[in-house]
Amino acid sequence: MKTLLAIIVLLPFCGFLLNGLFRKHGTYKSVARLACTTILSSFIASAIVFGMLSQGTTAETVKYFDFINTDSIKIPFAFQIDHLSAMFLLIITGIGFLIHLYSSAYMKDEEPQHYARYFAYLNLFIFSMLLLVLGANYIIMFIGWEGVGLCSYLLIGFWFKNDNFNYAAKKAFIMNRIGDLGFLLAIFWLIARLGNANYADVFANVHNLSQTDITAITLLLFVGAMGKSAQIPLYTWLPDAMAGPTPVSALIHAATMVTAGIYMIARSNVLYSAAEFTQHIVAIVGLTTALFSATIAIKQNDIKKVLAYSTVSQLGYMFLGLGVGAYTGAVFHVMTHAFFKALLFLGAGSVIHAMHHEQDIRKMGGLKKYLPITHITFLLGCIAISGIPPFSGFFSKDEILAAAYEKNPVYWGLGVAGAAMTAFYMFRLYATTFLGKFRGTHDQEHHLHESPAAMTIPLIVLAVLSVIGGFVGVPEVLGGKHLLGEYLSTVIIPEPHHALAHNTEYMLMGISVAVATIAILFAVSHYSKKPQLEDATGLGKVLENKWYVDELYNTIIVNPLNALGGFFKNIVEKSGIDGFVNGIGRFVNYLSRQIRLVQSGQVGGYILMMVVSVVIILFIWIHDGEIYKFLVTKLF
Amino acid sequence: MSATHILFWFLSALAVVSALMVLFSKNPVHSVLWLIAVFFAISGHYILMNAQFLAIVNIIVYAGAIMVLFLFVIMLMNLNKESEPRKNVWMKLAGAISAGSLLMILVSLVGQATEVSHKTLIMKDGNIGLIKSLGKILFTQYVVPFELTSILFLSAMVGAVVIGKKD
Amino acid sequence: MPIQYYIILSMVIFCIGIAGVLTRRNTIIIFMCIELMLNAVNLLLVAFSKMHYAASLNAPNHATVGSEGQLFVFFIMVVAAAEVSVGLAIIVMMFRNTHSVDANFLNRLKN
Repeated sequence: MKTLLAIIVLLPFCGFLLNGLFRKHGTYKSVARLACTTILSSFIASAIVFGMLSQGTTAETVKYFDFINTDSIKIPFAFQIDHLSAMFLLIITGIGFLIHLYSSAYMKDEEPQHYARYFAYLNLFIFSMLLLVLGANYIIMFIGWEGVGLCSYLLIGFWFKNDNFNYAAKKAFIMNRIGDLGFLLAIFWLIARLGNANYADVFANVHNLSQTDITAITLLLFVGAMGKSAQIPLYTWLPDAMAGPTPVSALIHAATMVTAGIYMIARSNVLYSAAEFTQHIVAIVGLTTALFSATIAIKQNDIKKVLAYSTVSQLGYMFLGLGVGAYTGAVFHVMTHAFFKALLFLGAGSVIHAMHHEQDIRKMGGLKKYLPITHITFLLGCIAISGIPPFSGFFSKDEILAAAYEKNPVYWGLGVAGAAMTAFYMFRLYATTFLGKFRGTHDQEHHLHESPAAMTIPLIVLAVLSVIGGFVGVPEVLGGKHLLGEYLSTVIIPEPHHALAHNTEYMLMGISVAVATIAILFAVSHYSKKPQLEDATGLGKVLENKWYVDELYNTIIVNPLNALGGFFKNIVEKSGIDGFVNGIGRFVNYLSRQIRLVQSGQVGGYILMMVVSVVIILFIWIHDGEIYKFLVTKLF
Repeated sequence: MSATHILFWFLSALAVVSALMVLFSKNPVHSVLWLIAVFFAISGHYILMNAQFLAIVNIIVYAGAIMVLFLFVIMLMNLNKESEPRKNVWMKLAGAISAGSLLMILVSLVGQATEVSHKTLIMKDGNIGLIKSLGKILFTQYVVPFELTSILFLSAMVGAVVIGKKD
Repeated sequence: MPIQYYIILSMVIFCIGIAGVLTRRNTIIIFMCIELMLNAVNLLLVAFSKMHYAASLNAPNHATVGSEGQLFVFFIMVVAAAEVSVGLAIIVMMFRNTHSVDANFLNRLKN
């Protein structure tokens, strides 16, 4: 097991090193092959690990070496393989491989060395992500956490010649840093209280922590999750992160990295279950984010932006699930979301590829007949995310909503409203893009073509997964078995048995499905015939401009900071620090110019000084004690 | 009050007054003469302390040879007029004040010093200052430094000649 | 006779010498003041030698105690004589070059 895990983690790292170091010597084929092979091997190894665990191999912690070894703190570099991490291994390497495959065709336009750089980053990302989910303590998780943040930065700014992309990359990085600070503080707090940060030790010693400690630690961890998983108020980086190549958006900003926060909280479920207050906060933040970003998504016209806000919204659902204690449901939603959101992004990538990097959906339309495979798969993805049974999204979302209802029916009501909006904006996107008449230029229409096989195969695989992925978690009420829940039961404390009557549950499902269906029908009928092309007005304009949150942040945080920086630069630095430093220089200059006069060359002057000095020295010598006493009592 | 005491006070007063006159004389020749008076007073102190050898040497070397040399130079350069340029009065004041404060400090030091309190010295008795005993020590224990002084003299002579030579 | 008398006497002469060095500008006078200071020190040395002799009167073999002080005075005189010969030579040369014995002309140390 030890070797197997090392192989899983190190293969992508080797791919990164080889592609990164020899990026000027590779061809498209060799680079893509190397990158895909490493991830595929990783995937196979992960599948073996997953299989072993399913066959009854117990979870274990394998230690490689001491990462930090001091007198009071010992942080081992260890991996913990259990059902939760095994599942994430599968998602990361599996979807990672599909996206590598997709990218090998999508990125063909780049020069070979940038092509290699891209794959090097991508491999590094997979490596970091694996580190994140495999780490047996919060420190190792944090290493991976920072690693994925770095890769995210590098990949958002992949086309570094465009300043806007660089700004987006910086924004993502800085927003993440704010969250990371919370995570880091939580780790420090844990170490200060418990002496180490190993999951096993922490979870075994939860009862030794005071309620305040637990609440503070969980809140700080949640701040970390907020940054990484784009929750209010740190969500604004994610839509901007769409500046990166589309497969990157699919992999990092939809399927894997942004779910790191969910993984972290699911991993720490023992802590969170002990902190009721934090759970409320998590649920409220998640729900607010879900609704808020859903409203924004309704009015976006950039195909990737819609998907980005949709991702933020779905992440909000996952946090809602975590907040109401449905850890399994949240992880389940991570999995299904990874499938259909990766599918949607890749489909969008396919559309963008066909449209020659046109992302505005108002200039598309009627792509159904030009991109048949993309169309079908995209449609399946839309249905899945809208929560129509028996597609995967239905099961996971329903599980979260049922748990939310159990906790507080208001949560459920708002959740359903969000789900309706989700269905609405997804089908608005679908209808505007694929139905109706083509609205682009004649030239674009002429060049429309279906993407190559390397791009469509991942689409098809993901579409299949999106359709059937939900069946691993069929709720009891529908006569199924919650395979995923059973699988994860060793890691996640089983939720208290559903207190809901079957009738209630049927009713809840019925309402959410009905609402979603109505929303879909309305969207399709409304937008397929006459899509909204002109700029929105009124509330629509507010939504189109994302509630002006970026402007708000600029006004209340960025601009004051800039002003403060300007103040420090112009006033404090110039007249304060510079004045002080230069003043010392000037003072010394002045003093030396005056003292230089003493060196007159007149022997008499020197002798005078000598005599005066002798007098002073003798005086001090005589009054040694008294002078000292005087200085001590009077001056200090 | 014994004769020794009277002599001591008289010689001390003579030495101090003559020293002050060295300082205050306008004419360098007068200064030299007052200096010779100081040397005589100091030689008198030596005799009081029964340091006969040093008293004689002091008169011969200092009052005789050295001061004659001074006089000789002054005469040679025709400096026997009151030609000294006025020194800055503030510099004079500063010099006087610093010298005075040095004196005060030194005197207060002596007042504090336990090493010399209640110590007296024998004025007339003891023959360590006689030529016989000093000569004995000089030519036995201190013969090497004594010979070295001759080298010092030789080099000083050579130096004086080299410096004074017209080039 | 207490030793303090001699100490203070020689200090007075010494400080008069210092005052002379500090206040006068004539190099020859300055030189004479230096001689004055040397003599003050000589006087003190002799006084201390007698003091040590007096302190060790009761000790055996006291006949030569303190004679080192007087020998020092002798050597100081030797050095002073050498110094005067060289110093006066310098003054003569300086007078030859500047036609003055003003110490303020001797500010070559400035550069």
